[in-house]
Amino acid sequence: MIINHPLLGPRDAAEFVYLGDASLIDRPDWQDKNADEKFYEYGYLRENPAGKHQELWYHEQGDRSWLVLTRDTLTHEITKVEMARDVARARGRSK
Amino acid sequence: MRYSAFKIFTQGLTGNKGWKPVWREPDPKPEYEVVIIGGGGHGLSTAYYLAKEYGITNVAVLEKGWLGSGNIGRNTTIIRSNYMLPGNEPFYEFSMKLWENLEQDFNYNAMISQRSILNLVHSDAQRDAFIRRGNAMFLAGADAEYADADQLRRELPFLDFDNARFPIKGGLYQRRGGTVRHDAVAWGYARGADSRGVDIIQNCEVTGFDIQNGTCRGVETSRGPIRAKKIAVCVAGSSGRVMAKAGMRLPIESHVLQAFVSEGLKPVLPGVITFGAGHFYVSQSDKGGLVFGGDIDGYNTYAQRGNLPVVEDVAEGGMAIMPIIGRARLLRSWGGVMDMSMDGSPFIDKTHIGGLYFNGGWCYGGFKATPASGFCYAHLLARDTPHPVATEMRLDRFRRGHLIDEKGQGNQPNLH
Amino acid sequence: MTQPNRIEGGQVDRSKEVKFTFNGKNMRGYAGDTLASALLANGQRLVGRSFKYHRPRGILTCGSEEPNALVQLRSGAHQEPNTRATVTELFDGLTATSQNHRGSLEHDLMAVTDLLAPFLSAGFYYKTFMWPKAFWEKLYEPMIRKSAGLGSLSMQDDPDSYDKGFLHCDLLVIGAGPAGLSAALAAGRSGARVILADEDFTPGGRLNAETLEIDGMGGADWAAQALAELAAMDNVRVMTRTTVYGAYDHGIYGALERCTDHLASSDGKPRQILWRIYSKRAVLAAGSTERPIAFGNNDRPGIMLAGAVRAYVNRFGVTPGQQVAVFTNNDDGWRTAADLAAKGVEVTNIIDTRDAPAVCDVPGARHIRNAAVMDTVGRKGLKSVTLTSGQVIPADCLAVSGGWNPNVHLTCHQRGRPEWRDDISAFVPGRDLPVGMAVAGAANGAMTLAAALTEGRDVANAQIKDLGFTASRKTAPKAEDEPRDCAPMWHVGESKNRAWVDQQNDVTVKDIKQSYREGFRSVEHLKRYTTLGMATDQGKTANIPALAIMAECTGKSIPETGTTIFRPPYTPIPLGALGGRARGKDFRPYRLTPSHDWASKNGATFVEVGNWLRAQWYARPGEQGWRDSVDREVVMTRNSVGICDVTTLGKIDIQGKDAADFLNVVYANAFGKLPVGKVRYGLMLREDGICYDDGTTARMGENHFVMTTTTANAVLVFRRMEFVRQCLCPDMDVHLISTTDGWAQFAVAGPNARNLLRKVVDEDHDISNEAFPFMACGEVTVCGGTPARLFRISFSGELAYEIAVPARYGNAMIEVLMKAGEEFDAVPYGTEALGVMRIEKGHAAGNELNGQTTALNLGLGGMVSAKKDCIGKTLAQRPEMNRDDAIRLVGFRPVDRSLKLIAGSHFINQDEEAVMANDQGWMTSVAYSPSLGHSIGLGFIKSGHERMGEIVRAVSPIHDTEMDVEIVSAHFIDPEGERLRA
Repeated sequence: MIINHPLLGPRDAAEFVYLGDASLIDRPDWQDKNADEKFYEYGYLRENPAGKHQELWYHEQGDRSWLVLTRDTLTHEITKVEMARDVARARGRSK
Repeated sequence: MRYSAFKIFTQGLTGNKGWKPVWREPDPKPEYEVVIIGGGGHGLSTAYYLAKEYGITNVAVLEKGWLGSGNIGRNTTIIRSNYMLPGNEPFYEFSMKLWENLEQDFNYNAMISQRSILNLVHSDAQRDAFIRRGNAMFLAGADAEYADADQLRRELPFLDFDNARFPIKGGLYQRRGGTVRHDAVAWGYARGADSRGVDIIQNCEVTGFDIQNGTCRGVETSRGPIRAKKIAVCVAGSSGRVMAKAGMRLPIESHVLQAFVSEGLKPVLPGVITFGAGHFYVSQSDKGGLVFGGDIDGYNTYAQRGNLPVVEDVAEGGMAIMPIIGRARLLRSWGGVMDMSMDGSPFIDKTHIGGLYFNGGWCYGGFKATPASGFCYAHLLARDTPHPVATEMRLDRFRRGHLIDEKGQGNQPNLH
Repeated sequence: MTQPNRIEGGQVDRSKEVKFTFNGKNMRGYAGDTLASALLANGQRLVGRSFKYHRPRGILTCGSEEPNALVQLRSGAHQEPNTRATVTELFDGLTATSQNHRGSLEHDLMAVTDLLAPFLSAGFYYKTFMWPKAFWEKLYEPMIRKSAGLGSLSMQDDPDSYDKGFLHCDLLVIGAGPAGLSAALAAGRSGARVILADEDFTPGGRLNAETLEIDGMGGADWAAQALAELAAMDNVRVMTRTTVYGAYDHGIYGALERCTDHLASSDGKPRQILWRIYSKRAVLAAGSTERPIAFGNNDRPGIMLAGAVRAYVNRFGVTPGQQVAVFTNNDDGWRTAADLAAKGVEVTNIIDTRDAPAVCDVPGARHIRNAAVMDTVGRKGLKSVTLTSGQVIPADCLAVSGGWNPNVHLTCHQRGRPEWRDDISAFVPGRDLPVGMAVAGAANGAMTLAAALTEGRDVANAQIKDLGFTASRKTAPKAEDEPRDCAPMWHVGESKNRAWVDQQNDVTVKDIKQSYREGFRSVEHLKRYTTLGMATDQGKTANIPALAIMAECTGKSIPETGTTIFRPPYTPIPLGALGGRARGKDFRPYRLTPSHDWASKNGATFVEVGNWLRAQWYARPGEQGWRDSVDREVVMTRNSVGICDVTTLGKIDIQGKDAADFLNVVYANAFGKLPVGKVRYGLMLREDGICYDDGTTARMGENHFVMTTTTANAVLVFRRMEFVRQCLCPDMDVHLISTTDGWAQFAVAGPNARNLLRKVVDEDHDISNEAFPFMACGEVTVCGGTPARLFRISFSGELAYEIAVPARYGNAMIEVLMKAGEEFDAVPYGTEALGVMRIEKGHAAGNELNGQTTALNLGLGGMVSAKKDCIGKTLAQRPEMNRDDAIRLVGFRPVDRSLKLIAGSHFINQDEEAVMANDQGWMTSVAYSPSLGHSIGLGFIKSGHERMGEIVRAVSPIHDTEMDVEIVSAHFIDPEGERLRA
């Protein structure tokens, strides 16, 4: 596969390391009253869709950016590549 | 029709024209006691043991394609019970014992071949971990043997002992491990289930569940609705897709594992060999092909195909431990979709929806589990309580913090 | 007479005679021959034996689809099993032997299986060999295995080398036949970067095998001219002897170039190159494959595909027979007859299944309409054929044509499904092609020359226009559309004798019918039950006829019955090529520590630690084994001072205003209040609450920390910290750099550590116990101004420091340290002594931090700060991970001190049976403690912390042994920690 890195252009997927569903960005608050349940779901349950999937890749053999790809799990077509940091901020994460 | 050498002889004399279909091609009935979704190895063995061991024969197996088209049709055929943890090892040893009597049990030669499996060791820490595992196997009634490098050099002189990047320091044998003709397992179970009255319905895709007030009463299929008291999902590889129709998220990701076979060769390998410092495992089939594989590609996918980096990585592993295979040729590669679970171990359990049962999460290890998985799933369906060797394969174990993590990789499926 | 079947013409170079042997027999051919054409030229029709029935077999085709003519090529370590004679270029000194027979090729003892064939029909083995049970493994299976496989490996290491390479292009054209050449010309003329790959050594595809004309010249001449034009273009790369074997995601193709297979020796050069081709677009112009018709005994040597027969005549100047009959269901078969007749080969009969007039005039040949071949005679070489009418026709060669199948293989590699086209009775590429791929020519169902040329140009132009190139105005080359009517016939129903469909795996029409009868009716069941299409040719000539015969049984149409789907590789690829240079010591790169050279000169034995090589121990003359060396290193370190290279520990530089807050997230314990100039032990959890890694982190400044990780996890910890930084805390002002390779770091441990360092560290730095106590850190200079970092931390339990200098000074530093240590009898120590000392101190390492244990298990539960969040905090609180009887890390010693503990043994309570239900835990690490004079161990056991002094059994059934062990504190040495604070 080829990943079109937002900063570096098209790079071979072999330069990257895959982590998983981009929902891993949405780490719950440890002081939430349902923290146990929320962390269980965060840590263990996945949508695992057959189709478009937002997922985290790390450019380990490159610039060490974490990226969020939108990739189809049936065709492997990649329709969007974003910097994970931007996605995280857009989802309300800060410090 | 009972198979025997005599039957083959009489059929041979009469032009092999009297063979009967191995299974019927029934139309689905409107209602069954149990509907099993998935006509792969586990689904068929579940049906077989439901009928044979628990006397439940009003059963349908629904298969969206051809029977045996699950991962039973695309694996590397290895059987073993060399696990370590109490949640796993007794289950896999139970499976091994079922394998050892399977052919006489279902009157079908699945070519179960206990040629041994050997996990090579390349470091002291790995040796310590394998000794721990070997001892756990003994405690569960299985067999294990630790071989040092000198013994391996005598037994397997073609391994690279003298020029290896990661020297071979020994290995953990399970002599009772080996290989099986995988398709024949599906056919044997299908034949056994069919002859006991189970309806195996091919080309019948489940499109939805009929769930009312928290209870599942049946399924919608491409061949119409079918009602059942119990619905048993058994579709590893497609678990996410199917259970999503019941509104469930699972502790599972779908990944592709590629597998490979070489051209047929005169006998080279005595048993199954796995590389401990790279991704490569190999055996040789009865037809002569080297059957081998390595790591999963590592990204979520439902496409039954992989990419070149893993193909080359696997071949590198092979050349690293046995450079005699350099002039053998890769004949065919294929990919199977795996239910990669969050701790690398499977599930055989009820769900929170009444009447709906789930079997999946087998990672790349489902084939060896086929008999025990079916047996234990049948037990659960018949008795509504887990079989004694499958008590820990529960869906709620992550909520409770009870992990069955053989490799110690944590909640990242692609590392198991 | 040599080469009795050699005739005039063809493209072989008659000035270069080539000698070779087949089964030890000396033969001659010419440069430009394949082994198959040379064998035919020499009159060798019998070439091999089939897989199951050991039937005598010859040559069926002239290409990579060959099922029968497989040989073992070369000898010794170069021996190469299952090599297709039809694509093997002849070279001087070639040796080939036939495969799969006991006794000689002519008199194969295993041919007896053919007589037993009625009892060996499809799937017979699933129904027998089950009684008595023990006989399967002892007798039946060994027998089956012995007869399995075709060729043999030499059992020697592959002596050749293989390279890998990467190529990029705008347009990849796969196949250099008429469509491919036309496509490459069009794209090349537009300026696009083009790669044209072809598996043959002479590009041109069927043009080399035909007598067709293009632009008024011979097809082969036109091809040569087109290649010359392409070769002159800087933007075009023509790759011959190169098979594009697989289509992968996003336009990446795998290709294998055979560099020296046509030479007698590789001569040190790479035998083959495995290319990954990154293409923006691709044109598949892979042509088509002729299919046979199944009839009784259709597998005799001398029965060949008609297109192959005329290829041997036209391209190689070889006739496969002296008296040839043609059996066809289509117009194309007639071209074989016409071409042969034109070359003066006697064509006796054209047997056409159609009731139609002659397609062309073939002098001397009789046209038999509405007829079919039913059976043949001639076990080791065809003698005659029998028609359905009963007529017997003498022939030593039968050219069979059942029509042509487009080579759709690569269109299926991403699970695309071909579609049926009735007008050509064949599958063509479906709509779901790999992204970027288009198909042209015969591969796309354009079965005539003119159509292929036009389509090649048009498809290539469309592809490059997509990329922004302007297509050249040149029109497509001109050629005739040859007649191509075809009336499908898959097998001759009147045949009573066995009719082969898959010749290599010996699958017959009867087997397919039996498969249907037994319920194996889907294509996949058919394949798996009969083994059809599973041989080395992957059913290239067999799959479609088999599908058609199954369709006949089911009464459905062919497309309703199914399609066959092809998987990579297109043709088999040597594993050596896929492995490339990554074998032997080059399997993975080595990482060497800064003191590696020094260590190798000073008696070090090295051990692989991940990709690192570390000194394991330093042997001295007179020492009898590794234990002597290790014991000495431990004793001398504990008595005076020892030095160890610890550079391999991961080092991460952390800077920024939020650095301390960041550490609070990634570590379980708190770092906010760590003073500048101090080091703290840190414990890291995974998000699932399991311990992940540990190490020390030093606060070098208010906003500057230096972290160490374990050697094994250096890369993984850094990756995870970047995840936290970018994905969880994107606004934190913190930056990370991996400095593992930037600093050489040495542990200096032992009572004389400070005295030694005082000689090395420049005097203006006070390293007294008061000024630089346990857990102090700071920037210093050494050797008169060289910058260094000093950490007072201890893994050994002794007074100890770690000193880091820029990596380029690493080798000098070990020399300086050793020189300064001479007066103290300083020793270098390796990983073994390091391990012994950490076990003596009860420190957890890899065997304990194995990804399955919690802080509670390790006795570190108190470290998880209650006041702050951290990775893993919440999930570590789950009930099953906090059971009262959770395993705990404790120490063990044998009750009989002379015994050696075994790592990996399991603990069983006294008087309980050694079964899994009674498993109490396991021994993780053991060592002989020279300090205590006996074996000691660490291990996990249920509620271990409450069981001090208890005796349990440490069982190791794999060694058939067990011993009583006492549970003790894990801190075997200096439990109060007085030494490290000294």
